[in-house]
Amino acid sequence: MAEAKKKLKLALYWAASCGGCEIAVLDVHEKILALAEHADIVLWPVALDFKYKDVEALPDGSVDVCLFNGAIRNSEQKEIAELLRRKSKVMVAFGACACFGGIPALANLFDRQSIFERVYSTTPTTVNPAKLVPQTTLAVPQGDLHLPTFYNAVYKLDDIVPVEYYVPGCPPPPELIWQAVEAIVSGKLPQAGSTLAGERALCHSCKRKKEDKKVTAFHRVHEIIPDPEKCLLEQGIICSGPVTREGCGERCLNANMPCRGCFGPTPEALEHGASMLSAAATLVEGKEEERLAPILEGIVDPAGTFYRFTLASSLLRIRDRALAAWTATAAAQPDRASGKGEEAAS
Amino acid sequence: MTTATTRRVTIDPITRLEGHGRIEIFLDEQGNVADAYFQVVELRGFEKFCEGRPAEELPRITPRICGVCPGAHHIASTRALDDLFKVEPPPAAKKLRELYYCAHMIHSHIAHFYALAAPDFVVGPEADPAQRNILGVVAKVGLEIGGSVIKHRAYAQRIQEILGGRPTHSVMGLPGGVSRGLSEEERKQIVEWAKSEVEFGKLSLKIFDDVVLANKAYVDLILSDGYTMKTHYMGLVDEKNRVNFYDGMVRVVDTTGKEIVKFPARGTAYLEHIAEHVEPWTYLKFPYLKAKGWRGFVDGQESGIYRVAPLARLNAADGMATPAAQEAYEKFFATLGGRPVHHTLAMHWARLVELLYAAERLLELALDPEITSPEIRTLPTVTPSEGAAIIEAPRGTLIHHYQTDERGLVRGVNLIVATGNNHAAICMSVKSAAQAVIKNGEVREGLLNMVEMAFRAYDPCFGCATHSLPGEMPLVAHIYDHQGNLVRTVTR
Repeated sequence: MAEAKKKLKLALYWAASCGGCEIAVLDVHEKILALAEHADIVLWPVALDFKYKDVEALPDGSVDVCLFNGAIRNSEQKEIAELLRRKSKVMVAFGACACFGGIPALANLFDRQSIFERVYSTTPTTVNPAKLVPQTTLAVPQGDLHLPTFYNAVYKLDDIVPVEYYVPGCPPPPELIWQAVEAIVSGKLPQAGSTLAGERALCHSCKRKKEDKKVTAFHRVHEIIPDPEKCLLEQGIICSGPVTREGCGERCLNANMPCRGCFGPTPEALEHGASMLSAAATLVEGKEEERLAPILEGIVDPAGTFYRFTLASSLLRIRDRALAAWTATAAAQPDRASGKGEEAAS
Repeated sequence: MTTATTRRVTIDPITRLEGHGRIEIFLDEQGNVADAYFQVVELRGFEKFCEGRPAEELPRITPRICGVCPGAHHIASTRALDDLFKVEPPPAAKKLRELYYCAHMIHSHIAHFYALAAPDFVVGPEADPAQRNILGVVAKVGLEIGGSVIKHRAYAQRIQEILGGRPTHSVMGLPGGVSRGLSEEERKQIVEWAKSEVEFGKLSLKIFDDVVLANKAYVDLILSDGYTMKTHYMGLVDEKNRVNFYDGMVRVVDTTGKEIVKFPARGTAYLEHIAEHVEPWTYLKFPYLKAKGWRGFVDGQESGIYRVAPLARLNAADGMATPAAQEAYEKFFATLGGRPVHHTLAMHWARLVELLYAAERLLELALDPEITSPEIRTLPTVTPSEGAAIIEAPRGTLIHHYQTDERGLVRGVNLIVATGNNHAAICMSVKSAAQAVIKNGEVREGLLNMVEMAFRAYDPCFGCATHSLPGEMPLVAHIYDHQGNLVRTVTR
């Protein structure tokens, strides 16, 4: 019983993310005070980096649970993920970005150079005749300034460090966050590797009427006004419900908009986008070759639609070579401030 | 790392902007501030990876720029789509968007003022750091007001959830309208909440009156040189030059408050007036007024640097469109010596004037009989090519600009976000505050909070409720001697 009274040590950190996961934590409203009764938050997102040395001084494994949100986009985020892994008994990938790469991983359709080119050169308001781009190390009159290295690709958290649990969603709904917190506090966590959400497809919990109708064409969301009571897919609007994990509360569907898959694939549909593509194909009426046309015409951005949140976890891991390359670089330059001579845009 | 004649102070809070930030302060031989750099150390590249996406999906992609103010990106993106598809939403759809957006403003302004700004003023800038947080605020103002803060932020989140499906990363925005209407039952509920928000807005201004304005030390701090900067100001106004968050004209006034330029918030006219400068030591660019040009990090009438956000909006407008907010607007300028007000910390007061306006406007819209109309979509019929829109995000003017091919697949995206507009000004405010508190190599204990206050005024994301709840936003300053040896660490 004495041990049950011992307060848990919790850490929270954000990497390449938007802050929406933090707002979602705040949206448990007054329950946040109940959390404080059971747990000490020893690290908080903003606290972490500049207390880098303090964190390092903690004994390894002394943090009970780390809730890590955000993808890995630069060298600083990778180093902090590794540090937190060492210090934490349990690492939780919190939110779609940490779980699957999330929206920032759409950048994996491009490389670093083209991103820099657009942001610092070709955007219509940018005036940059000298073609300056941010440098990881820059000498100014009084000394050197440093920036983290911007990687060529975005990685999900378990590409960088081992992860015990996954809480999906962009952001995770407050109810799901609270369930996860209760599981952590009570010590009733499932088997390591589990996702703390539903096991079935979103279609199972969706209340819209399904009539097993086939479609002859797909429509984009701005092209038709869908019936709010009926299945969106059967009205020809691409919805990732059949291959996406349930547990979100069908919030987008309640606003009469389709699912874009922020809970990631169901356990069966490991390859989220490919599974959705085949789900779409089975909906189309007609013979094999006839069925292709509406898909090709109506689904104008398959990669960005079917892999909206999961590109970094796709088998289409087009940047794997880059991963190997920077791992080698990181081994050669273990000091986070030692980015000397390394251009952010190199 | 340091040269032989300088010392270096590093403030590395890694705090939220569109990512993370860091402050580097260099001291000269006398130990005074030689220069200061405010670095944004993160980039995600939305301008690039939105390319290839169907334009109508951008209201569901671009809000991930900022999860604290996602409603601003959602609405800016949706309005840019109206312009892209040359489609006019039905009146009810426009009103629903504005109603949603008032709720978003209320959530953001409440979170910023009570969780972030209030600890400095209500608890005090020199107070025990352990007390200087939202819990300290609650201890000081009482549990009743504390509970009221949580409740009124929750109402605002709930309204966004009703219309947008969820409060963070809402989904209802479509070119030509919204995906979901409002039922009579929901409308009645929102009316009740909105009435309560109006009272809460008035209460918030009274708290500011009692705690800040009644305390001479705070007023002196607000008026002090270290927190004063003469810049131009930008903000959205309606046809009577009153503050508007959702639509209208972008108005820019100079350092004397005189209008320099006014251009439509819909369309690409902004390209004639705004340009962006690049520095190699930060990932974020520096917008400036094209007509003035980029003249470096200097304020004044000839500089191209302008500011956005609540103080700028009040400075750029002739008044507020609702009665109680107008009264508060008049008192604001009467107290601070007339328009424009150049005192950075007055931003907090301006934010509360806006909170009251957002609440009053929310109530007006919820009482509008047209708001429950089922006519909420106009289907686009035009082949898209280019569209842009400007709205006021909680932190200031926000620009979304899209170019597409004939199928509506995105070819080019340009984004100028609120904090981007303020980037140069934030750099200068930080330097100015550092110069005011570091003299002859002596770093006053209050340094960290004083410098932090300079940029906190601009950016709710730095220390929004989420980050402040468990305690004070900690900072550390490393002070190096002229050999580059660490001689002192100031932490809180």
